[in-house]
Amino acid sequence: MTGKKPVFNPQILNHPPVEQTGVEERSVRFTKRSIKGPSKMQGLELVLSMIDLTTLEGKDTPGKVNQLCTKAKHLHDHIPGLPTVAAICVYPSMVSVAKKALEGTKINVASVATAFPSGQSSLRIKLADTRLAVEQGADEVDMVISRGKFHAGEYAYVFDEIAAVKAACDKARLKVILETGELGTLDQVRKASTIAIAAGADFIKTSTGKIQSAATLPVTLVMLETIRDHFQKTGKKVGMKPAGGISKSKLALHYLVMVKETLGDVWLDKHWFRFGASSLANDVLMQVAKEKAGNYQSPNYFSID
Amino acid sequence: MAKKKKWEYSPAPESKQPAAIAGRYELFINGKWQKPSSGTYFNSINPATEEKLSEIATANETDVNKAVQAAKQAYEKYWKKISPTERGKYIFRIARIMQERARELAVTETLDGGKPIRESRDFDIPTAANHFFYYAGWADKLDFAFPNKKANSLGVAGQITPWNFPLLMAAWKIAPALATGNTVVLKPAETTSLTTLKLAEIIQEAELPPGVVNIITGDGQTGAWLTKHNDVNKIAFTGSTEVGKIIQRSLAGSQKKLTLELGGKGANIIFEDAPIDQAVEGVVNGIFFNQGHVCCAGSRLYVQESIAKKFIQKLKDRIGTLLVGDPMDKNTDIGAINSAQQLKTIQAYIKIGKAEGATFFETDCVLPKKGFFCRPTLFTNVAQSNRIAQEEIFGPVLSILTFRTDDEVIEKANNSPYGLSAGIWTDKGARIFNLSKRIRAGVIWANTYNLFDPTSPFGGYKESGFGREGGLQGLHPYVQLS
Repeated sequence: MTGKKPVFNPQILNHPPVEQTGVEERSVRFTKRSIKGPSKMQGLELVLSMIDLTTLEGKDTPGKVNQLCTKAKHLHDHIPGLPTVAAICVYPSMVSVAKKALEGTKINVASVATAFPSGQSSLRIKLADTRLAVEQGADEVDMVISRGKFHAGEYAYVFDEIAAVKAACDKARLKVILETGELGTLDQVRKASTIAIAAGADFIKTSTGKIQSAATLPVTLVMLETIRDHFQKTGKKVGMKPAGGISKSKLALHYLVMVKETLGDVWLDKHWFRFGASSLANDVLMQVAKEKAGNYQSPNYFSID
Repeated sequence: MAKKKKWEYSPAPESKQPAAIAGRYELFINGKWQKPSSGTYFNSINPATEEKLSEIATANETDVNKAVQAAKQAYEKYWKKISPTERGKYIFRIARIMQERARELAVTETLDGGKPIRESRDFDIPTAANHFFYYAGWADKLDFAFPNKKANSLGVAGQITPWNFPLLMAAWKIAPALATGNTVVLKPAETTSLTTLKLAEIIQEAELPPGVVNIITGDGQTGAWLTKHNDVNKIAFTGSTEVGKIIQRSLAGSQKKLTLELGGKGANIIFEDAPIDQAVEGVVNGIFFNQGHVCCAGSRLYVQESIAKKFIQKLKDRIGTLLVGDPMDKNTDIGAINSAQQLKTIQAYIKIGKAEGATFFETDCVLPKKGFFCRPTLFTNVAQSNRIAQEEIFGPVLSILTFRTDDEVIEKANNSPYGLSAGIWTDKGARIFNLSKRIRAGVIWANTYNLFDPTSPFGGYKESGFGREGGLQGLHPYVQLS
């Protein structure tokens, strides 16, 4: 990753406009796909493998993080052969705890950084925050963009900041959180996605989970379309992570439908698509258990962490 | 780890059970099911499997006369006399029973006509019920629809519906006729009579006075007897321009009021500042909705030359994801072509397009072995002079042309014998107003396509017909103002 430092090119802002009604109509179409039988089972396992199991609270402790890591490793041992989640997502202070707990597994540790969730700090602090996470062993960094600067029209600042954080990430993969709930319109979502991708994001991510609304199908669709257009132009793939508000299996499957029909089957892999969620895993597990056993089981049979 | 299996959608077939299609259907005259005096029946088949679904009575001249007399008597005896509020109640009742029997109607529509179950379930049936709800509301408010005037009913309305949206078109015709106090004799299209016959059951269930609505089945000859009948006061026809012209000729010199909703060759116009991804969706929806069997289909695509290459590529990518096949599968996007005859017509036009030198493209989806199916098809490098840009194909075949300026595309859009629909895709509000004023089409959509609502009038100019259905304007053809 020793490429040149990317330079902001204002021409990237000349993207096609986005018509909200049309995006919503298309999003509804994805929810009309009926996922049944083997397709449902395969889809559910795919969803499990794409989850970034998350705890981002002021009250997080090593104890809590350790327990969550155990859950990540043992989603539901009553059903053998299930995949593990893709990653654990924590604050920088908890990275070393998670790293140790997950030793010897393929589960990644993702850390939020850059003055998460508001991003209202200086670049110096944000880079220090990023380095802390990486030094502690984070495999992935989830940064937030400066929405204030974005709304003030300082796109070059937003771009340069992402590029600088990317450089500070070293080998860690960078997810760029746009916090779409604060961006206002889908046009802005498209613009922020374009800037993040051009500045070197490995993933673009909808939300911190601290703001309503978080991930929605329309917002994710606009981001996926930006990724697709970038791929068609440059041949470079970028990952996508909707986060916040996805807690039901059915909705998660509709996200997979959207990825499949917008980006193609290659993106249906945890390397390119993630769900940022805390309660989705158990809903998926309940569905998996129902598919296997034929009837629903009580939530009491599924460990909460 | 084992090699990853591609994630595909498993079959998700809707059950045929709810359709409950009878083995034979008689004529619905004067509130009763009556055997045809012709004594003959014709088969209705499922175009996706070519299997027989039911057999349906053929109405001859005697039957048509019986139906019209029943409607005339019902008009004099009941419908003219009851209060508008009571009329409204009956129509509301029809709408509610349609909702209760929605699944049955949707499954029947798909089995009979070949359209995807997703469309009959989410579009045809709910929109049809909405039309009854909407016009039920007008029944006792005609004084507000026509201020300072009195809206008088006409008498017996003879109505003929097409095969592309059987139940919905029946709703478009029956609901305003009843709301304005007229009685009805309706003939559905030969290949798709079943949901209209189920509507007759619903009308029976709603306990409308006998004869207020009569449903007679048969082919074009039955329709001709209906339009020529002396006791019919109003004809409403939706169908081909060819038949529309015959009807108009046959009514010359008579006192009958006439509305015609005929063919189209809708211009869907994409400017370079359009919301591209949504425009691609709009184009797909415009031409592949209901297998392209839509009179207002956006079958002529005009793309500004500066973005044509990019746009067409996106369009090809998108239609590659369309699933063609069993209409009963909930995941099917494009179902069966309505009849063997229509498939032949479409194939003939594809041949013409190739012979005219246009560039042919179709997706590589696998078609079912039985039934009538056609892949989504595009023709690029098309010119105004090509027949595939002029004539209505009524199938999933899109002709793509390019343009440079606003004036040029307005002229090209209007350069058609038809004038039913158009679509404009641009980010500029002023351009939308300019184009929609100057394009001669009954319906113009901006940054969307094929959106329908009972409150919005629908109809055409030129060879697309005249008169409006839907909305306040949809009341006009059924009243005489004094």
